[in-house]
Amino acid sequence: MALSREQLAMRVAQELQDGFYVNLGIGIPTLVANYVPEGMEVMLQSENGLLGMGPFPTEEEVDADMINAGKQTVTTITGASIFSSAESFAMIRGGHVDLTVLGAFEVDVQGNIASWMIPGKLIKGMGGAMDLVAGADNIIVTMTHADKHGNSKLLNECTLPLTGAGCIKKVVTDLAYLEIEDGQFILKERAPGVSVEEIVSKTGGKLVVPDNVPEMNV
Amino acid sequence: MSGFNKVVGSYEEAMAGLEDGMTVIAGGFGLCGIPEGCIAQIKKMGTKELTIVSNNCGVDGFGLGILLEDKQIKKMVSSYVGENKLFEDQLLGGELEVELTPQGTLAEKMRAGGAGIPAFYTATGYGTPVGDGKEVREFDGRKYIMEEAITGDFAIVKGWKADTYGNVIYRHTAQNFNPMAATAGKITIVEVEEIVEPGELDPTQIHTPGIYVDRLIQGTFEKRIEQRTVRA
Repeated sequence: MALSREQLAMRVAQELQDGFYVNLGIGIPTLVANYVPEGMEVMLQSENGLLGMGPFPTEEEVDADMINAGKQTVTTITGASIFSSAESFAMIRGGHVDLTVLGAFEVDVQGNIASWMIPGKLIKGMGGAMDLVAGADNIIVTMTHADKHGNSKLLNECTLPLTGAGCIKKVVTDLAYLEIEDGQFILKERAPGVSVEEIVSKTGGKLVVPDNVPEMNV
Repeated sequence: MSGFNKVVGSYEEAMAGLEDGMTVIAGGFGLCGIPEGCIAQIKKMGTKELTIVSNNCGVDGFGLGILLEDKQIKKMVSSYVGENKLFEDQLLGGELEVELTPQGTLAEKMRAGGAGIPAFYTATGYGTPVGDGKEVREFDGRKYIMEEAITGDFAIVKGWKADTYGNVIYRHTAQNFNPMAATAGKITIVEVEEIVEPGELDPTQIHTPGIYVDRLIQGTFEKRIEQRTVRA
């Protein structure tokens, strides 16, 4: 069975480590915050200028001056800090954020990512995504393995305009966990009940399948 | 006005000198920390052909979005402009130009502009459409593109508290682009919720020192919320 959105988030959460500063993109990445392991401390960075983002506020706590990068009202956790956009992107670009999780339309074997623009459709902008992928060493892309027409999103070469070049090393899809190395995808784990054959058939880019591909623990 | 006193009595006075074709840098992220009064005054003045540098362009009917109603904006420099039907219509109709700029690059362009740095190199956007036509240089084996700084004829900024000398403190995430915007205007206008006497603010806590501020005005703010999310 392909992973649900929640299971995808659970798998990504396994990459968290105690003391990590983490930036989570909009969508599935946001759900990762719900699966931080018990007893582990992580601090969420929001690129509008907040480190130590907490849960949504109660009705009484709502404050128009306290939002996240998705423009949602949020709170802070103990030990949080708030700063300017320049400071925020100094953290991001300077490689100070330990883990960045974001979605994508396409990823290719060179580690290129396309996530912000589909030609012919209205272009809304890249927001902070280009800075995030350019600045982070440790990025996990979460997306479905194929689009709703069955076309693979894991390619030899991205077809859409790029968000960043050569910056992606880890991808968690609803079917598999893959790493990118030396111009190829390496199949590391498969979703429970999903066959290697299905993953092979839905992967457009060059894929290396080791002898043993364990099931994910989700 | 005398000495270091930056306080002006009206938004007319605050925005005096704004002319057609000028560049205005505006603080704010979404609808958070936006200079509502200055924007309303620009709308009232009817100034046209403006280039507006701001992370977003408000929403229909609020924030910078109201300047679209009378087609006052010629060009937007922003990282994300997806919240706005009128924006979309004018863009598709060729009445509005947009220069999409990565958010961190936009912040740094303002910071550099205010700090006397004409350009800088960043890896952000290399190998993407943003890097097209820009100078590329390699440092330590990695490729970077050159991005040029931005300065404005005017900068409009929303603060929380200021003293009459224009020393400003921002509140929570309403800080966002405001401190950089404040440095990058030839004329910088700050509107705040409360103006106090010099000496009442702790010098250690000042975000924007008064040297950057030309005009200061106390306003009232609607502070509309774009995505009201709550937990039980």
